Amino acid sequence: MATTATSTPQPKTNRIGLTVIDYRGGKSTLCAGCGHNAISERIIDAMYEMGVPPERVIKPSGIGCSSKSPAYFMSRSHSFNAVHGRMPSVTTGALLANRNLIALGVSGDGDTASIGIGQFVHLMRRNLPMIYIIEDNGVYGLTKGQFSATADIGSKLKSGVINDLPPIDTCSLAIMLGATYVGRSFSGDKKQLLAMLKAAIAHNGTAMLDVISPCVTFNDHEGSTKSYKFTKDHDEPLQEVSFVPAFEEISVEYDAGTTVDVTMHDGSRLRMRKIEEEYDPTNKAEALKRLAEAHDKGEVLTGVFYLNPKAPTFLELLNIADDPLATLPESVVRPSREVLAECMEELR
Amino acid sequence: MATTEIGPHELSSRPERKPVVNDFSLQVATVNGSGSQSANTVLLRTIFQMGVPISGKNLFPSNIAGLPTWYTIRASKDGYIARRKEIDFLVAMNPETAQEDVMSLTPGAAALYDEPLNLGSLRQDLTFYSVPFDKLLTQVCPEAKLRKLVKNMIYVGVVAQLLNLDPVEMEKAIRKQFGRKVKAADLNVGAAKAGYDYAASSLTKADPFTIERMDKTRGQIIVDGNSAAALGCMFAGVTVVTWYPITPSSSLVETLIDYMKQYRIGKDGKATFAIVQAEDELAAIGMVLGAAWAGARSMTSTSGPGISLMAEFTGLGYYVEVPAVIWDIQRVGPSTGMPTRTAQGDVLSTAFLSHGDTRHILLFPASVHECFSMAGDAFDLAEQFQTPVFVLSDLDLGMNNWMSEPFQYPEKPIRRGKVLSKQDLDRLGSFARYKDVDGDGIAYRTLPGTDHPAAAYFTRGSGHNEKAQYSERPDDYVNNMERLNHKFQTARSHVPKPEIVQNGKSKVGILAYGTSHWALVEGRDQLRQEYGVETDYLRIRAFPFNRDVHEFVASHDRLYVIDQNRDAQMMALLKLDLDAAQLTKLRSVLHYNGLPIDARSITDEIVSQEGR
Repeated sequence: MATTATSTPQPKTNRIGLTVIDYRGGKSTLCAGCGHNAISERIIDAMYEMGVPPERVIKPSGIGCSSKSPAYFMSRSHSFNAVHGRMPSVTTGALLANRNLIALGVSGDGDTASIGIGQFVHLMRRNLPMIYIIEDNGVYGLTKGQFSATADIGSKLKSGVINDLPPIDTCSLAIMLGATYVGRSFSGDKKQLLAMLKAAIAHNGTAMLDVISPCVTFNDHEGSTKSYKFTKDHDEPLQEVSFVPAFEEISVEYDAGTTVDVTMHDGSRLRMRKIEEEYDPTNKAEALKRLAEAHDKGEVLTGVFYLNPKAPTFLELLNIADDPLATLPESVVRPSREVLAECMEELR
Repeated sequence: MATTEIGPHELSSRPERKPVVNDFSLQVATVNGSGSQSANTVLLRTIFQMGVPISGKNLFPSNIAGLPTWYTIRASKDGYIARRKEIDFLVAMNPETAQEDVMSLTPGAAALYDEPLNLGSLRQDLTFYSVPFDKLLTQVCPEAKLRKLVKNMIYVGVVAQLLNLDPVEMEKAIRKQFGRKVKAADLNVGAAKAGYDYAASSLTKADPFTIERMDKTRGQIIVDGNSAAALGCMFAGVTVVTWYPITPSSSLVETLIDYMKQYRIGKDGKATFAIVQAEDELAAIGMVLGAAWAGARSMTSTSGPGISLMAEFTGLGYYVEVPAVIWDIQRVGPSTGMPTRTAQGDVLSTAFLSHGDTRHILLFPASVHECFSMAGDAFDLAEQFQTPVFVLSDLDLGMNNWMSEPFQYPEKPIRRGKVLSKQDLDRLGSFARYKDVDGDGIAYRTLPGTDHPAAAYFTRGSGHNEKAQYSERPDDYVNNMERLNHKFQTARSHVPKPEIVQNGKSKVGILAYGTSHWALVEGRDQLRQEYGVETDYLRIRAFPFNRDVHEFVASHDRLYVIDQNRDAQMMALLKLDLDAAQLTKLRSVLHYNGLPIDARSITDEIVSQEGR
């Protein structure tokens, strides 16, 4: 990087002194206009604005267009492009090994709701502290346009095939099973997605975000319920979401009647200005009920459905050491000679 | 009758012989779930404490309670601890199998039975002892609900008296078995004594089998292979363990949990490990790879069906070059029927597990001692070679009790392989994840979380260049595959060397691995003593094969490869590795009926193939 040109203005830096360029990745090889590229951009913005050290981040993924996208953001973070539907287990292992890592897993609707549904549901049960992003377009892209399990009944493929099975609602499932921050957004809604991603970074627990991310090649036509047009026309935001990080002063007071303010684990605040007045995102049962209603009405409900910043995480339940297990010294991980002698004595 | 289909009965091939002291097999036939395991362990221990070499084999059905189960204790003054086919002394406690159990005994054997079974008239060529268990039970155990639990301890006492076991050692063994549960120990000691006294006063010894004190077990331990492996893993510094329950592997991790809770909790009260029961084997191996990728010493333990489920991930592990230790406690084939029976059936499937070109390092422990020591080898190899390593134990080794020399404390420091730190990167400026810098095929890696802007790389399957960048170029793919092969060749001289016994004159060589070893030790003696056939012996301890294996084959005319599977899997693996000129020398000896291999089966087969 050119550092000798003293006359040029200093590039803008975040609170740890990095520029947004330090959060960039390789050039995307996904289709022009793919929703996934917009999500990668928002991830870059969120990580940059939150001042997350990229070296602490890991980007595990499964298989599919979505799972290729970690190559297109944050090159200074380790990535693990695993096998189809198995991102959750790789992430779990990595966090067991090093609890200081910040895991942002990327999956798709096929990778999560079909081949990966087993690992998905068990990950949600464990409330592993990670960000789980489903880049959801209702279709298999890399294999050229088959329905996935999040496709809506009646949705039509380019070839004219109509989907006649009900979709799996990954958000309802996640809430029911134990994820502690669950929401849905839209790759085309920059403001909402950015705020929800920042809150996910601040959250201590499983943050499961299903992001509708239209496939411009195989699922953006008339008759698709995951197209840009359909999503824009049917988007029903529950709230206007904004995020105030812990390191920023709170400048604007809020009206408890119109806004829900939730304090996150790290002291940040997720501020939700109510659009639906009665909705309480800390009430599990209500979240599930509202999601079921949205299905019946054909709405694309977005926003924060459920948030519980206080539940214990999987790593806390396991009571594992504060230092990463991966690098504990031999003196800690190999018991003494006396211990072996004691064990041998017991077996005599 | 249904029970005939699960019995261990085999036709005897042993010629009738004169009775001897400290050289016979005792079998207890009971019902699964009746608590006989404690009683049998006490019997085993009592003989062991008297200095007589022993082995114990539990033959149990895939069932929680109600099906027949047999426990065989072999006492051998010569130290042979493989299974022996012939039973000399039967304790018949199970009405369902009693008749068949008695009918399959060798002439001259003894049978002790529960009085109501009324077996005494079944054969004329056996010694029978009838014991009124229920009557004795009411005397020693007034509480009816406890009777079922102590009934078996009565036969311990009867057998002890009939076989001349030391009652003091018997009581010691009972107290060891029940540990701090003093009340239970007292009750059981009482039951055993009642049995002992009954035998002394009411039975007349009429069989030739007795135990006399020796001094051949001093300082030794008794342990099962899974517990030994658990200990080995703890002392190897394992930090992440993920698993899914499966017979016969579950007890490995369950024992490990107990040990780790006792010895691996830090001063701050926090665990220096994580053990997770995963949702299936797919997740278990995924967690292992994720943890190892992030730098942990991680492992899983499973058996054949789990190995199949781990195939895809294991192949990825080979290509992305992430360590993993996978214990495979081998058992017989798929699904229901024989999951509680032993086999060496996963040699080929693990050697090449996954799709595409993959080869994996395999270790073959033959003893509980090696279950302990090879745990350390497996972790060191996995991290040094950045690749999955399988440890192929089996049900016989894993779940049965074996006597052994005590384990030695690992003297070598833990070897974590080629990992670049922040300081290394400061010095180097950059690194290429898949570049062969040292000429051994092993590249350097970094761990996630390394605080350096050049530390990160993208971990992906088959399509990458030296810098871990995405590539579909033919030359990049071929270069990488050649390096992976070179790495595997390097492993030949780093894996545990074979154990060779040879005199330099014999033209007949035997190759065996794993638990076949014990039957072979005895079989070679039989071949020499009974048929005058001298043999050399090489015990394979790892794949890829060390050069010594090639030389051993080259220096013999005929080589018998012992496999506990139908398809001669180890012989097939050898054939892929040996020079074409050597292949016709190989002959196969197979044993795959679900029971642990015995010496006589090996001897008979070799004698037959030798044309003797």
